[in-house]
Amino acid sequence: MVNSQELIQILTKINEKIAENKDYLTQLDSAIGDADHGINMSKGFKAVVDRISQMKDKDCGSILKTAGMTLVSTVGGASGPLYGTAFMRAGQVVGSKTELNFDDFISLLEAALEGIKLRGKAQRGEKTIIDSLEPAIEAIKKHKEEGEAAALKRVVEAAKEGVEYTKKIVARKGRASYLGERSLGHQDPGATSCYLMLKTVVDWITENKGL
Amino acid sequence: MKKLINNPEVVVEEMLEGMEAAFPQYVKKLEGCNVMVRADAPVKGKVSLVSGGGSGHEPSHAGFVGKGMLDAGVAGAVFTSPTPDQIFEAIKAVNGGAGVLLVIKNYTGDVMNFEMAGEMAQGEGIDVAQVIVNDDIAVENSTYTVGRRGIAGTVFVHKIAGAKAQAGGSLEEVKAAAEKTIKNVRSMGMALTPCIVPAAGKPTFTIGDEEMEIGMGIHGEPGTKRTKIQPANEIVEHIMSKILEDLPLTSGDEVAVMINGLGGTPLMELFIVNRKVNSILSQKKIRIYRTYVGEYMTSLEMAGASITLLKLDDELKELLAAPADTPAFKQV
Repeated sequence: MVNSQELIQILTKINEKIAENKDYLTQLDSAIGDADHGINMSKGFKAVVDRISQMKDKDCGSILKTAGMTLVSTVGGASGPLYGTAFMRAGQVVGSKTELNFDDFISLLEAALEGIKLRGKAQRGEKTIIDSLEPAIEAIKKHKEEGEAAALKRVVEAAKEGVEYTKKIVARKGRASYLGERSLGHQDPGATSCYLMLKTVVDWITENKGL
Repeated sequence: MKKLINNPEVVVEEMLEGMEAAFPQYVKKLEGCNVMVRADAPVKGKVSLVSGGGSGHEPSHAGFVGKGMLDAGVAGAVFTSPTPDQIFEAIKAVNGGAGVLLVIKNYTGDVMNFEMAGEMAQGEGIDVAQVIVNDDIAVENSTYTVGRRGIAGTVFVHKIAGAKAQAGGSLEEVKAAAEKTIKNVRSMGMALTPCIVPAAGKPTFTIGDEEMEIGMGIHGEPGTKRTKIQPANEIVEHIMSKILEDLPLTSGDEVAVMINGLGGTPLMELFIVNRKVNSILSQKKIRIYRTYVGEYMTSLEMAGASITLLKLDDELKELLAAPADTPAFKQV
């Protein structure tokens, strides 16, 4: 489905998407956090693209691990260790593969989720990245039998619903947790950036793989 | 945005370079890192203290690097935790063989990044311990939050654990002194105006001309309530009643007081605050061992202040009174 070179293209697209949404993410963060999510994420993904652009001859695991280590060392805040751990775990699970199939995509998402839960000591319903990532993974697994195109479409829908859901819940992790009830009504920036990444991946695959 | 800067992207590097140029006898900047270490680092045989966090809280933390306090201050982007690789470089640079204590303010990002760095250092055989400072009583400490935030009380932890390390304490003893300080220190702040993160270019929140926010965090995070501004005495009374509710003190107890300016409040106002703090404590027959008034843990140009009380025993008194010689904290 996706080889090393294409994986680099996808990560490059993610960088563009995050950059386009830099102000939007920062604005979401300023309502319930510390107003830096877009700034830090766009800085991190720009560095990721710089670092991996020459890695097309490397395996997918190395590319994802390099992306993870770059995020850890450039993003800072809570997002750096969380997304960094996610990409590193994803890299570990795909290992030396130079082409990823649909099942690999599912396993790398699951590994990423597990990494985020472990590092952030968080679970679903606490107004975090997990609220868009976990439903997306459940959706892809549930609709796998309907075909790749249908399952991928569900990923985006589920992640989007997850983002919407964060407006209805109180934050229990991260800086927004101090707001208590005041965090209600606000959309979680981390769940949003995760949705944007998933959407970018799905859009790229749909467009380029004729799904 | 009106700021005396060159480029928002490099404010932290340029600040540290300027600081190193001003205080070469105290500090040196690690090449390629936003890490400030003691000029004589590593100090052989001494437990080293590494602290840090987002920038914008100057003089925290690099200003407290020197004899009797920190061995390294790691500076993240403005209001953003430093990354594990930078913290790891700091740990390696100051490790004098007796172990390293990480002093972390309780923010999700800081805790995760310092923990990752600690794991990296332990992987290389360096003895690392950590303490998490959570002195801000403004926010609820419950299972629904990640706990109280770390604010100006952290400076007392730097001072006391730093003195213990300077006196030759083991890693375990230095950690114990830090934990005792954390257990006995409480702070609460308030703000009159927001601050502007250079890279964001606009204020972190809006507040009316006649309003103040009680319990404001040091990153512009909302506090407990927003009300019409009151005279200093009433504000101090409110904050002190909250602190004393949480840190029960009885007549005869001894405390250290810190009146900390957030960056945009003149010393004149901080002394007016201290005047009232002093009178409240005197009335309750609580003895003030030492008072610190000034800017220790700021929030860029935010106007406002925090009050910190540290309940002392003989050990804490001795460690607090020990000499310290750093760019921003000097005591003979």
